[in-house]
Amino acid sequence: MLRPRAIPCLLLLNGRLVKTVRFERAKYVGDPINAVRIFNDMEVDEIVVLDIGATPSATGIPFDLIGEMASECFMPMVYGGGIRSVEEARRIIRLGVEKVAINSAAAADVSLVTRVADAFGAQAVVASVDVRKKIFGGYRVYSHGGRRPLSTSVVEWVHRLEQAGAGEILVTAIDRDGMMNGYDVDLVRLVSSAVRVPVIAAGGAGTVSDMGEVVGKGGASAAAVGSLAVYQGRNRAVLINFPTPAQLKAVMP
Amino acid sequence: MSNSKVVVVNYGLGNPSSVRNMLRKAGCESEVTSEPAAILAASRLLLPGVGAFDHGMQNLADLGLIDVLNEAVLVRKTPILGICLGLQLMSRRSEEGVAPGLGWLGADTVRFRFTQAADGFRVPHMGWNTVVATRQTFLRPPEADARFYFVHSYHLRFDDPGDVALMADYGGPVVAAAVRDNIAGTQFHPEKSHRFGLTLLRSFADWFPSGA
Repeated sequence: MLRPRAIPCLLLLNGRLVKTVRFERAKYVGDPINAVRIFNDMEVDEIVVLDIGATPSATGIPFDLIGEMASECFMPMVYGGGIRSVEEARRIIRLGVEKVAINSAAAADVSLVTRVADAFGAQAVVASVDVRKKIFGGYRVYSHGGRRPLSTSVVEWVHRLEQAGAGEILVTAIDRDGMMNGYDVDLVRLVSSAVRVPVIAAGGAGTVSDMGEVVGKGGASAAAVGSLAVYQGRNRAVLINFPTPAQLKAVMP
Repeated sequence: MSNSKVVVVNYGLGNPSSVRNMLRKAGCESEVTSEPAAILAASRLLLPGVGAFDHGMQNLADLGLIDVLNEAVLVRKTPILGICLGLQLMSRRSEEGVAPGLGWLGADTVRFRFTQAADGFRVPHMGWNTVVATRQTFLRPPEADARFYFVHSYHLRFDDPGDVALMADYGGPVVAAAVRDNIAGTQFHPEKSHRFGLTLLRSFADWFPSGA
């Protein structure tokens, strides 16, 4: 049986590990290399690393840091943030990263997904899609860290990304990011029903049962968690942690 | 401790650095190369790979490595482990492309096809899966809770099921690993499968196929 994946999603900003709330208020939560080592010891299924400053800032992609993290990763690693060309994707993959996540650059030109997939295979391309609820119902897709709206509907957009060659879709509910009040299961269901490729759900995990729900009811192949992996307890003390395999087994379908 | 160096064939596809990292962690000496002389002299070879079948065969041809690998594996009987695409390239052909494979294994590589009942299984088969050993080989995991990371859209179908070593289940039986003579391969990625993959690579470094 294929096990649904449970994935810590780590955010980088200026080389530091941070955690956001609704894509804002980035709070420093530790050293990225140390975090990767801990998650490696915990034998987590996979790691997603997103540099939230790489697209807007001039610093660009932190290649050295990615390489250091990858060499500590004995599980698959996804890197996203600031990737605009096949050459950049190649450099990242050569560092020992399995998959690159593409978001803003795909919004500008969806053919980047195709070109990266042609060069490294569809399994190496994760199309990252950030979604916010509209005030009067429905959803809207955003690029550039939630700052730039797209005119395409969620279903249309993920379908187009799949057609373009994405091997996986990472869907993040912006409104749920850092809230720890549960995933947007309806959104995940919408996406997982629209595509045949695996879907990673992100945004909102507060408990291990949320993770089970987004897989069971949302149809996600993987549950990504942010706050849950870096905070502990009601006061959100910073502590790298992760549900145990037994805890996950109890909630996953 | 393993004393025989693993020579990792670099043909521009896949991630030799990940394989090398895991071999280092496993305490195995390794070298990443596309030099024919180094491949012919190797006491142990590893053919990694992620990507498209035809692209893989084309790269091997461009590097002049097809004859070299045939000599090393079929004539010198050097033990070799293929990983993912590396295993698929050892088959005769793949539905993914038109190029002939290395043809070392009596197998063809086919795309996932699901019966109606198993409809809803997504392709690629991506994630952690358990395996069942169909016979005793060095690939058999000693851990009861062993699991491995898979990511593939094609899989091998063997003429002789006796060549299969490990099976997985994804909408039906899927070959997870095979061994015949000095030729072995895994469909999953031991280099990304935590301690389970580490154990497997260590076992490969200690593997002396009979007759090789």
